Amino acid sequence: MDRRTVLKGLAGAGGLALTGLSAPAIAQGASARTLRFVPQANLANFDPIWGTQYVVRNAAALVWDTLYGIDAQLQPQRQMVESEETSDDGKIWTFKLRPGLKFHDGEPVLAKDVVASLSRWAARDPMGLMIKALQQEITAVDDRTFKWVLKQPFPKMLYALAKNNSPCGFIMPERIAQTDPFKQITDYVGSGPMKFAKGEWVPGAKAVFEKFTDYVPRQEKASWLAGGKQILVDRVEWVVMPDPATAAAALQNGEVDWWENPIADLVPVLKKNKNISVDIGDPLGNIGSFRMNHMFAPFNDVRARRAVLMALSQEDYMRAIVGDDNALWKPLPGFFTPDTPLYSEMGGEILKGKRDFDAAKKLLAESGYSGQPVTCLVAQDQPITKAQGDVTADLLKKLGMNVDFVATDWGTVGSRRAAKTPPGQGGWNMFHSWHAGADCITPAAYTAIRANGDKAWFGWPNSPNTEKEITSWFDAKNLEEEKAAIGRVNKAAIEDVVYAPTGFFLTYTAWRKNVSGITKGPLPFFWGVSKSA
Amino acid sequence: MLSYILRRIVATLPVMAIVALFVFSLLYIAPGDPAVVIAGDQASPEDVERIRQSLGLDRPFLVQFGSWVWRILHGDLGTSIFTNLPVSAMIGQRLGPTLSLMIVTLLLTIVVAVPLGVVAAWKAGSLIDRIIMGFAVFGFSLPVFVVGYMLAYIFALELEWLPVQGYTPLNQGFWPWLENLILPAIALGCVYIALVARITRAAMLEVLQQDYIRTAKAKGLGQGGILFIHALKNAAVPIVTVIGIGIALLIGGAVVTESVFAIPGLGRLTIDAILRRDYPVIQGIVLLFSFVYVLVNLMIDVIYTLVDPRIRY
Repeated sequence: MDRRTVLKGLAGAGGLALTGLSAPAIAQGASARTLRFVPQANLANFDPIWGTQYVVRNAAALVWDTLYGIDAQLQPQRQMVESEETSDDGKIWTFKLRPGLKFHDGEPVLAKDVVASLSRWAARDPMGLMIKALQQEITAVDDRTFKWVLKQPFPKMLYALAKNNSPCGFIMPERIAQTDPFKQITDYVGSGPMKFAKGEWVPGAKAVFEKFTDYVPRQEKASWLAGGKQILVDRVEWVVMPDPATAAAALQNGEVDWWENPIADLVPVLKKNKNISVDIGDPLGNIGSFRMNHMFAPFNDVRARRAVLMALSQEDYMRAIVGDDNALWKPLPGFFTPDTPLYSEMGGEILKGKRDFDAAKKLLAESGYSGQPVTCLVAQDQPITKAQGDVTADLLKKLGMNVDFVATDWGTVGSRRAAKTPPGQGGWNMFHSWHAGADCITPAAYTAIRANGDKAWFGWPNSPNTEKEITSWFDAKNLEEEKAAIGRVNKAAIEDVVYAPTGFFLTYTAWRKNVSGITKGPLPFFWGVSKSA
Repeated sequence: MLSYILRRIVATLPVMAIVALFVFSLLYIAPGDPAVVIAGDQASPEDVERIRQSLGLDRPFLVQFGSWVWRILHGDLGTSIFTNLPVSAMIGQRLGPTLSLMIVTLLLTIVVAVPLGVVAAWKAGSLIDRIIMGFAVFGFSLPVFVVGYMLAYIFALELEWLPVQGYTPLNQGFWPWLENLILPAIALGCVYIALVARITRAAMLEVLQQDYIRTAKAKGLGQGGILFIHALKNAAVPIVTVIGIGIALLIGGAVVTESVFAIPGLGRLTIDAILRRDYPVIQGIVLLFSFVYVLVNLMIDVIYTLVDPRIRY
């Protein structure tokens, strides 16, 4: 072996890899027909039933259509469905599909595809599970008609099929929908307005969607997930950018067109740029959450939980999350999304007005708390949980609690919060999260409000009154009954402190001014969005 | 030589086996659960458990380790828990950007650091030497991400000369490929340039004291010939060693650099996999990095024989 041989070998090996033998085309020439979008997170998988992260749902809404779609007035509207009928007793639903619906592989959308898709969805979705529990049968009557026969009426059927909460009732070809709901699909054929370019997918970096030319949009104006989904560009490229500063720079430099969720710290810079528009992205916002473990002391005693509510300043939490921008937050003396039809503040007095530390300390002492460590799980890699965690540590110390601050990452919090062991043995006392406002409009998809003890979300609150009122909401027959029920849910959940809401906050979205048609909503809607050169 | 290389390659096998066992054990005992991430924040504990079972994560340690080793022995790195794509395919997608970044950084380092080190040694104690060594200290001190943000701000946002982010494969053109790598390579190369410049200076200072250098000067050879032909070649062994060891620095630095410049390379894949607890991907990448490191060390040993004929294996 001589010098020349070594050098030739090195050059050959390097050249092979650099020419992109299997490398994807990450950067492409900018074009008015291609919209480059920075999503909130990496599209790491693409099965909206198996994985229920919002980013998967957002991408799936391009590729798979739904039978109904929720509109900006929060009403379910027909989407793939042409008509529906309900029997007089409310137990039999008969649905007819629109004519001309096609999957991306050219096959027609048939009732058997819908039956298989809904069966898979119902195995994972909270509302789907409720329907499944009432289900007698679901069958395809003919190619365009299917029937859902229930043992009892389910008044929220159309809402369940239309809702934008994850998992949505996406319709897939039968061969795909027959996949075990706890296993991931590998075929991404849908009937939505865009096709998924599987060959260009680089998880963690890029996902590409191409216009589906055979898509037949509805004639109505688009409104969120309802109406005519007109795609005005040829391609939508999702460019994943883990670093917010890089995303901000790329938007300013014109390397991307739309950034879904710029962080509050960078918004002033973007607002100064004459080529960039910034506005609230999702008017339904988010609700911050201080989640306590109801199984172990001190928070197994409602007086300790109420002490936290008495002392908690939502303004402190919100300012830690959004900074000085007052347009981005508001106090929330309750659990439901503000400015939505069912919003209620009933029973929320404890979260209003001046914070009373003396009374809170007294109540905490009455609960029997005597200085034992309070294990706070705080994910440092999520700005929202980190900000909340810092405020909480201060709050609990002011209350005289012995804080065991566990600074960790979200993956660890996600795993450890499932532990039902005592805090000193791998369990926990509290952690922070936040809930999309779209999930908190009603109890339908709001798992965090459920208080059915062992079956409830992490923290396992047990509040029979809250559960009773949630049931009354499901049974409500009109808006007035629903409003009354939600008021009672709010009151009961605050009395028993199912969890402590830390406030309501909004986030911005930002786009280049040569992009038009972006609408506010709980997810980024690409229909109606166009781009000029 | 060939038998030496073969012996070294065979010797890497136990090293790789120990690395594999270590990585697998570490991931097994580390907190976190990919099923939780997959299921989403609203999922019930029952859903999480079902997903965990479907992924085989509920099986005992030895069963999981055994089946992983069995697959590795058959050349199969497994399948990503999240993407359902083969780990080898995911690594293949990301290899080009990382390799490009490392090669450009390596070339930049050699082209900049070695001459700087040679000049610093030649002008030892002078103002030029102090300036160069001052730059070296500066390069050592600045974190990669700070340099990266500064470069992006100046050359991409203010001057608009270069892109902020992304990667273009070489087969789409040399300049599109290079323009995406210039800023990341400078950011990543700062520490490396500083290190190599200092080592080059130290090695050159020692060689420049040797008798044969005095002889070369006495014979009337030009300064350039003495420095770059006679002295540098004899100072090359420690420089090559540091360049080789520095590849480990590059791998570590690439993780940060690729995030700052949104380059879809192995560094970002590593971070994503760790944060999501995508065990097969983490294991595959760590094995690859270990193998690369062992291979680089072997290459350094081979290069020794090229720069110093006295070295024989």
